[in-house]
Formats: sequence, structure tokens, C-alpha cells
Amino acid sequence: MKIEMKGINKAFGGNPVLQNAGFVLADGEIHALMGENGAGKSTLMKILTGVYTRDAGTVTVNGKEVVYNNAQEAEKEGIVFIHQELNVLFDLTVEENMFLGKEIHNRFGVCNKKAMQKEVRRILDVLGVNIKPEAKMDTLSVGQQQMIEIAKALMVDAKVIIMDEPTAALSQSETVTLFKVVRSLKQKGVSIVYISHRMEEIFELCDRITILRDGEYVGTKNIPETNMDEIVKMMIGREIGERYPERNTKLGDVVFEVKNLNCPGTFKNVNFNVRAGEVLGVAGLMGAGRTEIMQSIFGNMPHVTGQIFMNGQEIQNKNPWDAMDNGIGFITEDRKIEGLMLEKSIMENISIANLGRISQKGVLNKKREQEMTQQGIEDLHIKCTGAQHACGNLSGGNQQKVVFAKWIFTEPKLLILDEPTRGVDIGAKKEIYSIINKLADKGVAIIMVSSELPEILGMSDRIMVVHEGKIGGFIDKNEANQENIMILATGGELNG
Amino acid sequence: MDNKKLMSKMQDMGALIALVLLVIVISIISPEFRTIDNFLSLMRQSSINGFIAFGMTCVILTDAIDLSVGSVLALSTALCAAFIKGGMPVGIAILLSLIIGTVLGSVSGILVTKGRLQPFIATLITMTVYRGLTQIFMNGKPISGLGDSLLLKFIGRGSVFGIPVPVILFVLIFILFTFVLEKTTFGRRIYSTGSNAVSAKLAGVNIGRTKLAAYAISGCMAALSGLILLSRLSSAQPTLGDGFELDAIASVALGGTSMSGGRGRIWGTFVGVLIIAVLNNGLNILGVSSYYQSVVKGIVILVAVLSDRKR
Repeated sequence: MKIEMKGINKAFGGNPVLQNAGFVLADGEIHALMGENGAGKSTLMKILTGVYTRDAGTVTVNGKEVVYNNAQEAEKEGIVFIHQELNVLFDLTVEENMFLGKEIHNRFGVCNKKAMQKEVRRILDVLGVNIKPEAKMDTLSVGQQQMIEIAKALMVDAKVIIMDEPTAALSQSETVTLFKVVRSLKQKGVSIVYISHRMEEIFELCDRITILRDGEYVGTKNIPETNMDEIVKMMIGREIGERYPERNTKLGDVVFEVKNLNCPGTFKNVNFNVRAGEVLGVAGLMGAGRTEIMQSIFGNMPHVTGQIFMNGQEIQNKNPWDAMDNGIGFITEDRKIEGLMLEKSIMENISIANLGRISQKGVLNKKREQEMTQQGIEDLHIKCTGAQHACGNLSGGNQQKVVFAKWIFTEPKLLILDEPTRGVDIGAKKEIYSIINKLADKGVAIIMVSSELPEILGMSDRIMVVHEGKIGGFIDKNEANQENIMILATGGELNG
Repeated sequence: MDNKKLMSKMQDMGALIALVLLVIVISIISPEFRTIDNFLSLMRQSSINGFIAFGMTCVILTDAIDLSVGSVLALSTALCAAFIKGGMPVGIAILLSLIIGTVLGSVSGILVTKGRLQPFIATLITMTVYRGLTQIFMNGKPISGLGDSLLLKFIGRGSVFGIPVPVILFVLIFILFTFVLEKTTFGRRIYSTGSNAVSAKLAGVNIGRTKLAAYAISGCMAALSGLILLSRLSSAQPTLGDGFELDAIASVALGGTSMSGGRGRIWGTFVGVLIIAVLNNGLNILGVSSYYQSVVKGIVILVAVLSDRKR
């Protein structure tokens, strides 16, 4: 199916989001769509699939101009949008999810489970994935849930599948499976629009790439004829320079140490330490237990045994407030659920971890609160209309900066970062790296969990690799590369 | 930002405008309604629901609910009446009653936080059990003959400079709650617990303790409300406070507090309480039968909640 979008304009409440945006999708190609957060990728795709109506411009499918009024109409034509937040019902089975609203039933409304399960098996076989139709959705991994979404697309005989950040929550091996499936779909003549922030993936998987910037079409390149630097330049309209700003911090004494941390069924015999001013990168596959180890340190996991030391003193973190009293800060993996109160203002979000600092005997000092928030906004360059700006209306990068501000004011001795740049665009990423470096310069010990190997390599002084709940090994900054990290992450051993 | 502030001000005004309109309309129809005496008695009536509604606001702001308030009121009041009848000094009996209310509320809180029961179920349980305990304790009969303690008379029937004591208490507690919710760290914890408990916990808010405190406050306020009733009726009834949770929840909803917590203000509840009181009082004066009164109340709540959703 050939799709051409040209001169698309769209404004929300007088606020232009797309201006002269567009792209051309050829038959049976994997086409990457890239741009910073807010560049208009999702909006453009929502216009294509009829979720939004366009203010101007043309959309032609196989040479005919089309207007879809809703996603169902687009789906009928074979254009399916798989959103980043998967659209699955966790309490239902795979088969029930796939046939939701399209159940095969007789005229009394009684469902024909056998027929539906057979169809599910057929499609899952086509995808080459091993999932049972009667499995409950919440027993599947995120990667498997993603496969179900793709299976749903195949069920309606999709000619074009749009994937928005499909690998954001996938493990390495699930990503490999996904790529295999995507390539085989391409073989069958299905076109894929692939929205992602992960440059490495795009270069591995895609045929062409279209770049949007500030709602405008910038250009389209053939992947073999371009390189990452050129793409980044097109995305942000300028040279970004070194992706990982340099840091020359002298490492201090060991600030934090973990001895023999255990959590039955999750991780075992975890031992490590972090020094003042050090960034300890934590690598590993999805589900290796990295997040759980960090949650335990922060007192947010039950059934954990072992010892934790801060400046040589043993401490007990029974809950997050104990951990905070002991000088630990924790920037969690999921900022929308764990990190922020989205409906609340920047001020309230920063304050909530710092109530002691802005109050006397339990009474808030509003002036001090205002000053603290203002300082946070200025120091971290949070783009907003002011301290009262609701966090839900900020971009991903700015939301993450609010989370950083919240924790910086608690003046932690140890700051744990779990996927600190997930869903953050390149410009904001670099700012966050600078913030991390500044904290390290001030002597804060930092643990950074990340699934992005380039980030781990670019930011860490030392790398700890976790494999299936155990420490696979440590690698020094100078010796680290993608290969030896992956060897440890998959349970291998390094020679010498 | 100014725009937003104005919007939220306007929204606070929504309930207020409804209140003013109600007062004007009923005043025009009924000369009896628009007297100072009636105004004071209306305020006095509203205080009884008011205390409960203030406590309920705290609970609802944490994304919970307290159905047990009516039963807490009955049990704490029954015990208080029995203490007084048994010869306990009235001051101590009153204090004890407030403590009992606090403890009864805390039990609901413990069921919710430690027992991990859903707030609706937890307080349905305590509501039923407390009511049963009250019946058992009183053997189904009222307790009267509480003597003629001046203090007991004063809290429900007394007045200072012509203003009834319950009304003074109502306003004082309104100010206290506004202060606590808007200006203290505890208030911040209440809002954050209801807004996003996961995030609040990870930012160091002891959400269990915060919810527990909200229930304790709710229980204490229910007991206070019961004391006013005890003073006014000079007796405790086993069915006292039955259904009070509904007016309280309605007042909170009328005041624009989100039923899923995190958003809302005591000021709104204050206005909500007055709307309910004006409806009760006004419709009574106008001679509307109680069957119709319920329907009218329901419709007013519906309109208020619908207009709250539009923004």
C-alpha cells in the first residue's frame, strides 16, 4: 500500500502542531519516523488513521485521496496503529483480547470459542510466537503483549502497521523476536511505519527514514546512505556535539555499600559499592532484577535480607522515608506512575519530597516553597509557564527534570537513577546527562540503571552487569564495550 | 496561569452561586425563611452535617470513603450518655466521647491500611458492627435523664453574643481545617496520597499513616457532631446518625472534591454543607413533603456534579 501525506497542517486551540508536515510510504518497506518529542510524529500518524482531522493538506492511499473519520475506518482499509501504551485488557485471555468486539458467535450471541481459538493459533503461528490462546493477558510479558497487538493487526489483514516506540519496554531478546516478525511482515508486503527514539534500532531495521522537526517535514533519507550524526542534525536543526558530556570528577571514598542482599525468587547475593562522585552504571537484560535491587535499597520491596551501609554505618531501610532519612534518593523507572503526580503542579511535586525543608513544626512556609520551586525551574531549565504548571502538561524531558529537581533538593548522598532518559528526546537527554555530571561533581554517589548500552558506556565510571538476579560482573570504564557487557548480561564469562 | 486561577476561582464560585440562588429564591417565596432566627437555626442544623462533612473531606481527599460516620456518631454518643448518667463529670465524658470517636474511626483506617480492605467495604463493615454494638449496648432503648449539666446544655443549646455555640464551633473548625489542609505538611500529604499514592510513597510520604489519620479525624468529627445532638436532644438514641454519611458525602461532592481523591477544598465542602442545609430547611418551611425533598436534593446534587465535570 502506498501512502502519501503532503502539506499537512494541524493546530490545537490555535496552537500549530503540524505545519507542512508529510511523508511518503512505499509498498513493503520499513519506514522510520523520527523527531524530538513534540515534533509531531504521533499527531501525523493520528491524522493518517483518522483519530484527528487535518486542517490542511492531502492524504492519498494508492493514489486516491482519502479522509478517515475514525480509527475503525482506517482499520477497514488496512491501516492499523499500535500505540505505545498497549491496548490490552489484562483480566481477559489472549483469545478474548484478540476477538474483542469481533467475537465469532451464533445468532443467540453465544460465542464459538473453538473457532476463535483456532484462528488465534493460526495467526500466532504466522508470527512464529509460542503463546497459548487461553493464557491470561497479565501472565504474558510486555513483549508477548506486543505480539498480540501485532496479531490483532494481522487479523484485520493490515497492509500498513504503524508502531509507536514498540521496543520501549522490551527486553533484548524480545526485541530480536519483534524485529524478526517485522521483517517477515515486510516480506509479505506489509509496510511498517516505525516510530522510535532508538537510533541503533532504526539503522538495524529500517529502509528509509523521515525526519520531522517542530511539526515540519525536514527530509527523507535512505538508511544505507546516511549516518546518525546527520539524522541528529536534521532532528534538532544544529550540531549537538558530543552526546555524552565529559566529566572529570575525582572519585572519593566509598559512600554506599551493599552486602549479601537477597530477595527470594528475585535476586541473590548482591554485593557492590559506590564511591563519592562515581557513576555506577547498571546494565542487564529486562527482568534481570535490576529495578528490584534498587527498590530494595530504597526500602520498597518486601522480604529482603542483607546489609546496607552508608559511609561505613549500617542502615536499615524499611520503607522509602527511612531511605530518604539515610540520604538516598530514587528516580524511578516510570515517571508517570511512580515519579510524579501528573495532575499536580511542578511546585507540589517538588515539595512533596521536601516537606521538612519548607516547613516549621508542620506549617508550610509558602515563600520558601515558591523560592525552592523557582530555583529548581531555573537550575534545571524546566520549560514551563511557572511553578503552578501542571506536570501532566509538560513534555517528557521536562517532566523528568521536575523529578530530578525534586530529588536534588533532598540533597542525597546516593542518588539511584532507574532509566533516567526513557522517553526523553535527544536535546533533553543531553541536559539530563549534564545534570548527572554536576551531581557527581558535587560528590553524590550515583547508581544509574539503563537499558541503553550507549548511555551506560557514555556515562559510567564503572559498570555492574546483572544477570538473572545475580551480579554477572563489573567492568571498568576503559575496558567496557557493548560486547563484553552483553556477554555478562547473558550469563557468559569474560576471559582474563 | 492567571486564566487557570480564574477558572478554578469560577469553579469554586459555581457552588456558591447555586447557594446564593437557592437562598434568594426561597427567601422570595417564604417570608419565614428570611428571618435572622431562621438563619441561625439553619446554621445550627448545618453544623451537625458540617463537622462530619469536614472529616469526610479529609478521607475522600486521600482517595477513600467513610461510610461508618453515622454509626460512630451513635456509638460514641451512647457511651457518652451512659457515662454522664453513671455520674461521670460531663467534661470528662465529652472528652472521652471524642477519643472514642477517634479510636472507632482509626479502626476503619487500620482495616484499610493494614488490612488492605477497600475503603468502601472496610467502612461498610465498621458501619454495620458499630450500629449493632450500639443497639446491644443500649438494648434498643434510648438513654435519657442526663441531669442538668450546664456544660452539656451549652455545647448544643447555648449561645455567645446571640450566636449559637454549634455555629461558632462550625466556623472555628472550618478555619482550622482550611489551615491544616492548605498550610501544613500534613495537608500536603493528604492531597498527595489521594493524587498518586505510589508516587507519594516513593517521595517519602507515609501513606498508610496519612490515611489512618484521615479516618481518625473523621471519627472524631462524627463524635463531635453526636455531642451536639446529645446536648440538643438530652438523650441518646440507638438509631442516631443513621444515614448521616449520605448528606456528608453529598456535601463533599457538591463542594467539588474529586471522589478519587487529590483534588478539592474545605471551602467547597463548607458551601456544600450550606446548600444541603438550605434545601432541608427551606423545603421544610415551604411545606414540601419529605418524599419530594429527597428527590429535589438528588436533583440538585446531580446538577452540581454535572456542572463540575464540564471544564
